Amino acid sequence: MTNVLLIIFIISLLYVAIANRIITYVRVLALQGCLLFGVTFLQLREIQTWNLVLILLETIVFKAVAVPVFLGYLIKRNKITRETEPYLPHFISLIIITMIVVITVLLANSIQDTHLDKIFFIVSLSTLFTGLYFIATRKKIITHVMGYLMIENGVFVLSLAVGNEMPNLVNLGIMLDVFASVLILGIFLNKIGDVFKDVDVDKLTNLKDY
Amino acid sequence: MTLIYLICAFVIAGLLLINRNTVLNYIMVILFGIIQTGFTIYAGFHYKNTVLEYFSFDSLGLLLLVALSIVTIPALIHSYLYIKRHNETPQSRAIYFSAIVILLTSISAAYLANHIAVIWIFTEMTTLSASMLIYHHRNKLALEGTWKYVFICAISITFVFIGILFLSLSLQHAGSTDLSFSNLMAHKDQLNTFWLKLAFLFIFTGFTAKLGLVPMYTAGIDAKDKAPAPAGALLASVLMNLGFVGIFRFYAVIAHTSIFHWANLIIFFAAFISIFVATVYMTKVMNIKRMLAYSGIEHMGIVMLGIAAGGIGYYAAILHIILHTFVKSGIFFQYNQLYRTFQSKSIQHVGNYFKYNPTGAIVLLIGFISATAMPPSGLFVSEFLIFKSLFDGNYIVLLVLVLLLLTIVIWAFGKNILKILFLPVPDIDESKIPKISPWESLTQYVLMFTAIWLGLNPPAIFVQLIQDAVKILPN
Repeated sequence: MTNVLLIIFIISLLYVAIANRIITYVRVLALQGCLLFGVTFLQLREIQTWNLVLILLETIVFKAVAVPVFLGYLIKRNKITRETEPYLPHFISLIIITMIVVITVLLANSIQDTHLDKIFFIVSLSTLFTGLYFIATRKKIITHVMGYLMIENGVFVLSLAVGNEMPNLVNLGIMLDVFASVLILGIFLNKIGDVFKDVDVDKLTNLKDY
Repeated sequence: MTLIYLICAFVIAGLLLINRNTVLNYIMVILFGIIQTGFTIYAGFHYKNTVLEYFSFDSLGLLLLVALSIVTIPALIHSYLYIKRHNETPQSRAIYFSAIVILLTSISAAYLANHIAVIWIFTEMTTLSASMLIYHHRNKLALEGTWKYVFICAISITFVFIGILFLSLSLQHAGSTDLSFSNLMAHKDQLNTFWLKLAFLFIFTGFTAKLGLVPMYTAGIDAKDKAPAPAGALLASVLMNLGFVGIFRFYAVIAHTSIFHWANLIIFFAAFISIFVATVYMTKVMNIKRMLAYSGIEHMGIVMLGIAAGGIGYYAAILHIILHTFVKSGIFFQYNQLYRTFQSKSIQHVGNYFKYNPTGAIVLLIGFISATAMPPSGLFVSEFLIFKSLFDGNYIVLLVLVLLLLTIVIWAFGKNILKILFLPVPDIDESKIPKISPWESLTQYVLMFTAIWLGLNPPAIFVQLIQDAVKILPN
């Protein structure tokens, strides 16, 4: 079951590669949040209330609801156009992301380690690199934020792959920090929308040495 | 006491944020200054204790905490002058001081943290609070700088987290899960080297955003340029030390494993490229603040060279980073007066500063001598020791290249600073130049002379603390 969820996760990456509208990205992020909840829930060995609340908060409330709603609000408020405006055609994106997945599979297979859950490792690394790829090839600032969120999802899967329980206090701190950084990024995105009237990275080239 | 300090500081930050009354604002800022100093003294008396499980008052943490508290007082004074002079609205003043209190508190906490994830949490908090400071002026350029800073730091901090995850994988091979540095040290022989290598790469890359090394140094430059000068002083000194703490504590564990030489190679590479990049930009930069920021990149490169070279280099690196804290923050505090005199950041529009403000000009001159590590500055001593460690380690080619680059840096820096100090600018309206009280340079003199004194005639306790801090590294 876990494997099915993780494979759907990988497919969602490929889907994002060819998606033409920004709202699709938001939906895929929400879907990924739900998938992460499923995966984490299945991984739980014993159900403790505190643990469950934390996971629910982190995946469903935060990743699947709060962030997509917030992104939707940002898109509406800044009147961001619907197209994703990639620098490269969708077809090439699809090929590159497939390559990323293939390479991570090969990489994971070359590592001999009993402490590592391979499929988790593959999913996390491919999500991570896909996120970086989106940041590098998309023109709009909001897609950069989405790329960042995708990297965060990848890191979340990686933390499951590692299976190391951090102290609860540390977990809580990490969650709050991630939440705060998304919020801050959103606030500044709003400001950029107000000041520059157009939310493209091309506008952010005024800081110079002279 | 640590808990009281953290709670008090965050409560003060919260109250500062909602308060709009001028008098109350300054009372709270002074209160924070007192609490910060008190906490530092408390830390000094409880040397080597561990509190709240996650914080230890060890030598490195204590040294940097004291340096931070010394810089805090002039930073608050100059912030006060800055805010008063700009006729800020109560709202923007509230955000400014609140952010500065959170920034200083989280840096202090991160210095003392003995668990790598706790350092992570507080590092992230510094990004968030620093972003409010960078955005202080609320114009297009500030917005651009803030966006780049927040975004690059957010990615970097994620890299650190990935590194921490790999580290915990490595630690599982040793049959343990506790990620505190003492536990890592205890299991140093059983760590899996493959995961440890990956962990080092990610953690090092992540912390370079704060430390100011290649590859993630770019955001820091924009940040120091756009933040108000008193805040920029903090970003250019104590915040860079935070990146150093993150790398150094982990490096101390690595130093006892079989990948020690490999890690040193990475550090050498990053440090050398940083010095190279800083040199290239220094020769063409026209913005004074950015020039100072690039000089910071160069110094951090030198510090990391000292760490990688080993031997006396460890001692010199820590000495260098502490002296750099005082010198660089001093120049940044002085920069604000320079800007008020000429109303321009560009070197082209600034000149003959000696005529308009001799007291401040001498600060810049001493700052220049210190930042380029010429005798009698304290940084001369530390830089000389770092070069000696490179020489002892038989890194002759690297040493020659670095010395060549540093010569270019001195030339570029000197060309610009001497222009600022002595060369008159053609069309300047002298009636518009304000009279600046010499007393405003007092704190800069104190910082500069502290750096000289600590370098030339370090007190025994200071030397003892540094030697204690580097004792965990192999000789």
